[in-house]
Amino acid sequence: MINPNLAGIGIVTLSAILMMIFALIHRRSPFSFRIIQAFTRIQRAARLAVEDGTRIHFSLGNGNLLTLSGASALAGLVLIRRLSEITSFGDRPSMVTTGNPIINILAQDTLRTSHDNSATDNTFKMSDVQFTGLTPISYVAGAMPVMSEDNITSHVLIGHFGPEVGLLTDVGERKNASVIAASDSLTAQAVMYASSSEILIGEELFAAGAYTQPSSYHASSLLVQDILRWVTIAALLAGAVLKLAGIL
Amino acid sequence: MKRLFSALNAVIAISAGVIVLLGYFLDIPILHNLRSLLLQWAFILAGLAVLIGTWNLFSVHLQKVRERKSGFINNMVLLFFLLLTMTIGLTPALRPLQYLVFNGILVPAEISLLAVLAVTLIYGSLRLMRIRNNLASVMFLFSALLILLGTGPFPFIGQMPVISDWIRPFISNNLVSGGARGILIGISLGTLTTGLRILFGVDRPYEGNQ
Repeated sequence: MINPNLAGIGIVTLSAILMMIFALIHRRSPFSFRIIQAFTRIQRAARLAVEDGTRIHFSLGNGNLLTLSGASALAGLVLIRRLSEITSFGDRPSMVTTGNPIINILAQDTLRTSHDNSATDNTFKMSDVQFTGLTPISYVAGAMPVMSEDNITSHVLIGHFGPEVGLLTDVGERKNASVIAASDSLTAQAVMYASSSEILIGEELFAAGAYTQPSSYHASSLLVQDILRWVTIAALLAGAVLKLAGIL
Repeated sequence: MKRLFSALNAVIAISAGVIVLLGYFLDIPILHNLRSLLLQWAFILAGLAVLIGTWNLFSVHLQKVRERKSGFINNMVLLFFLLLTMTIGLTPALRPLQYLVFNGILVPAEISLLAVLAVTLIYGSLRLMRIRNNLASVMFLFSALLILLGTGPFPFIGQMPVISDWIRPFISNNLVSGGARGILIGISLGTLTTGLRILFGVDRPYEGNQ
């Protein structure tokens, strides 16, 4: 019988080693990835915001960093870091709404770092990052007026949401703004699919770093995900075959 | 000096991450104790973060009131009730009023928004073909319709004969659960690699992702 704890630490160690090896390979000959329309649109939206003098709104949902749902918000922070560096050159910098106080502090820090790195005249304002509510519904209720502001032309919803995200996508669509959405929640993904112009399905949201910045570790982590996925598929198929054969 | 602080931050964050990870997997008492201690600190800091978040909410809305931005009356109402709720929560004699605020204001307001959400979702599904006109959208709408028909008891008919007994269980137990597990496996793999990037110090959310 396999010890699940040892199997777990084995998978983590193997993933870490693979990630380091692929990062080294990527530095010598960079990998190429398939085109994901949502990321192309997000980058285009950032450039258009600078040209038009409008702003992008990022919504990081209400994922808690002390639980698994925080990972999607961390992926969102990486995206904010890259895109807000572009938008900080415009008249109106990006703005962020969050439904979790820890993510809110991290988002403030991320946006401030982007401003500092871009070295423009625009100063970072604390009000550019807003904590709008602690419960999922109160977060959405607080974020809806922010999304209704006239100078916002694109909304990027990336993080942990529930079905209530439908209210946010609806506001975006009614204001004729483009809505690009991604979540780790299945319910939210179904709602987003039906109501937003562009969506990232499943683990695509964790590819934000690899698609928006030339980092070898982000690229290698995507490759590791692919390898682990194929290993899981093989294990599932082997398990099914062994079960059919009466061995398991 | 800034670089030194940055390196120190990374060392502390990565060490804490490794200890929590190893404490989860390995049955070593000292790792267990350290992991529990670090998680307790994390919960205390999370509590403090709520206070900072509330201050952020307060200051943003106060600024909007000061600048007399459109809809500033709403901001004033929010500030008033924020202070009122805080006073009720912090005054021991007013504690019973907390339940009144919760059950009489917060819960009905959230339920009302959920009712609006039901209408919004129906409208959204009608708009789907305009946003994304492809085979996947047709299948999405068709399966949603079959699930709805197979779930709800209808007046005079009750359950729909074939749809409720055969089609809906087949869709939800076989097709949907298979697809959902596939997506969840993908998300957990993404979560794993995101965590590893933080342990490697590649992503540093604690330093604004420098």
